[in-house]
Amino acid sequence: MGKYSKEFLKRLYKSMVRIRVCEESFVEPILRGEVQCPVHLYSGQEAIAAGVCSALTEQDYIFGSHRSHGHYLAKGGGMRELVAEIYCKEAGCSRGRGGSMHIIAPEIGMVGSAPIVAGTIPLALGAALASRIREEKRVTVSFFGDGATGEGVLYESLNFAALKKLPIIFACENNFYSTHMPIRECRPENNISKIAKPFCIQGYRVDGNDVLKVYETSKKGVEMCRRGRGPVFIELMTYRLRGHVGPDDNIQGSHTDIRSRKEIERWKKKDPLGRFEKYLIKNGVLTGKSIDTIKKEIESEVKDAHDFTRNSRYPGKEELTRYVFKE
Amino acid sequence: MSLKSRKLPYSLAINEAIHQMMEMDKAVFLIGQGVKSPWYVGNTARGLMEKYGPQRVIDTPVSENAITGAAVGAAIVGMRPIVVHPRMDFMLYALDPIINEAANWHYMFGGKSSVPVVIWGIINRGGEQAAQHSQALHALFSHIPGLKVVMPSTPYDAKGLMISAIQDNNPVVYIDDRWLYTLEGEVPREAYSVPIGKGAIRREGRDVTLVAASYMVIESLKASEELKNDGVDVEVIDLRSVKPLDETLLFESVKKTGRLVVVDGGWKTCGIAAEVSARVSENIFEYLKAPVYRVTLPDVPAPASCVLEKEYYPDSKTIVNAVKGVLGG
Ligand SMILES: Cc1ncc(C[n+]2csc(CCOP(=O)(O)OP(=O)(O)O)c2C)c(N)n1
Ligand SMILES: [Mg+2]
Repeated sequence: MGKYSKEFLKRLYKSMVRIRVCEESFVEPILRGEVQCPVHLYSGQEAIAAGVCSALTEQDYIFGSHRSHGHYLAKGGGMRELVAEIYCKEAGCSRGRGGSMHIIAPEIGMVGSAPIVAGTIPLALGAALASRIREEKRVTVSFFGDGATGEGVLYESLNFAALKKLPIIFACENNFYSTHMPIRECRPENNISKIAKPFCIQGYRVDGNDVLKVYETSKKGVEMCRRGRGPVFIELMTYRLRGHVGPDDNIQGSHTDIRSRKEIERWKKKDPLGRFEKYLIKNGVLTGKSIDTIKKEIESEVKDAHDFTRNSRYPGKEELTRYVFKE
Repeated sequence: MSLKSRKLPYSLAINEAIHQMMEMDKAVFLIGQGVKSPWYVGNTARGLMEKYGPQRVIDTPVSENAITGAAVGAAIVGMRPIVVHPRMDFMLYALDPIINEAANWHYMFGGKSSVPVVIWGIINRGGEQAAQHSQALHALFSHIPGLKVVMPSTPYDAKGLMISAIQDNNPVVYIDDRWLYTLEGEVPREAYSVPIGKGAIRREGRDVTLVAASYMVIESLKASEELKNDGVDVEVIDLRSVKPLDETLLFESVKKTGRLVVVDGGWKTCGIAAEVSARVSENIFEYLKAPVYRVTLPDVPAPASCVLEKEYYPDSKTIVNAVKGVLGG
């Protein structure tokens, strides 16, 4: 604990709460049909986005997947633009053309997220390659899920990154499921971090629900990359508290959530947010009261983002063909 | 039509085809993401796992390239695999086994080896899913020599073309559309095939030929009803196979009407509508009383916002306007 300033710990906590409260604010609108685009909630995995991104600077790059609201917020993306995008409004971060699965904030290094599984991994590789060519100290993080370890392009990217010693962190969020498939039906070995070794890459396996562990490992990885000792592979074990898509797949009728109640309950006890709160209170960083204040503050930020969205317009239909090419 | 037919939804017609083919031929197996879950492939795979087991109904990790390659390889050594991609968009990881290998295989080995594989790609769009979850890529596959591409629009054809695709000794890309899954129609109980490369007249008419495939046939029929009220008699042709194209049927119709509107759920440039239009111009130009019209998607990726989606996807209104245009109205 002594290692960290109270300010830092508070910031880390706020980053997680911002993600959780914002994600949960979509539950009702999805169930009411107000949000129509497919939404993959990040609830339960906040410690990873918050922990990894707090080891980065604004100059560093991140790339994401279908489940990237958390990455965007933790990297510093604006909440208003996120909420507006999920409602597919013109004021959204992708101007309503992308929806929840296409989130971007280039100004703060969130280079893009897209839902083709593993699709952005080689793009992150290319960003790291660009940093190498330009002789920058910038680090790139590629966020992807356990499901993406089925795609060959991951292994091609690992090999090339290692071959060229590129400044890239492969951050694999292992939540043990890929849609309706448990990890044991997807891979013979559930320890994903082992895939780094054959490529001579340093692999770590950490509790992805322990934000300080995530931060420490990321910090180490970032330093290695900055010193030309990349790439780094980090497996972050976690669990999503919501459905694969939307709040609850089974209630919404797609029946992909095959996870048992017992398993879900077990993981709820390891909720990264609750765990970190306990830690902060125990170490005198926060009190029940200051936690309430933080939550209120964030709730009002989330409310503001929804109000902003409600008052903003949809893209004009006459603008359908805009943005196909850069003019 | 068979005496033993009854109404089935499109999705269950596909399901019945697979059941019957797996029953009849031990070489047939189904592989791909979601075959054990109703979420991905609707109820098209219903009951297959229970009946044929995980040996022949294989749900897979997210590995489109390897899994499609595996289906192609299994076909080369004598199996008749159906490899399913719950969205066509995901199939792009598998372009190499489909195009470089499967499509070329028979030719590049002088006919010594063939690839009886069905590559089943589902079009799944709308719902603000945006650019990577909405694509209709039939034109892309039609461009490739060595591939046949079918796109059924009715439950009857959904079953009959799936059976033909499985029985064909060549790679067949079978493309269906989630917007058709609940459409009901007469389907015979027994196994039957619908010939690949043969279109069908869905509505006879004298004034204008409307050519469409897959879901756009439904919109074209709707348009033809609206046009009837305006005194326009439209002939609707369902291509059923976009490759090979049924030129005979197409040409006969255009010779009769002298006017052609081609409707396609894909993009305009280098699309199926362009191909149909070119065939007609090349072969029976003298019968045309007006330039050919195309109703397609604009050359734009699929947008998310429902406002833009509404503008993006053509419907019966777009078609009615095109028909009026070709009539000089
Ligand atoms: C190439 C491709 N194939 C299939 C899909 C369908 N799909 C969407 S998310 C997903 C599973 C992803 O699992 P994982 O990578 O573990 O991420 P999680 O959803 O658990 O966060 C799949 C298969 C896709 N989007 N892209
Ligand atoms: Mg996962």
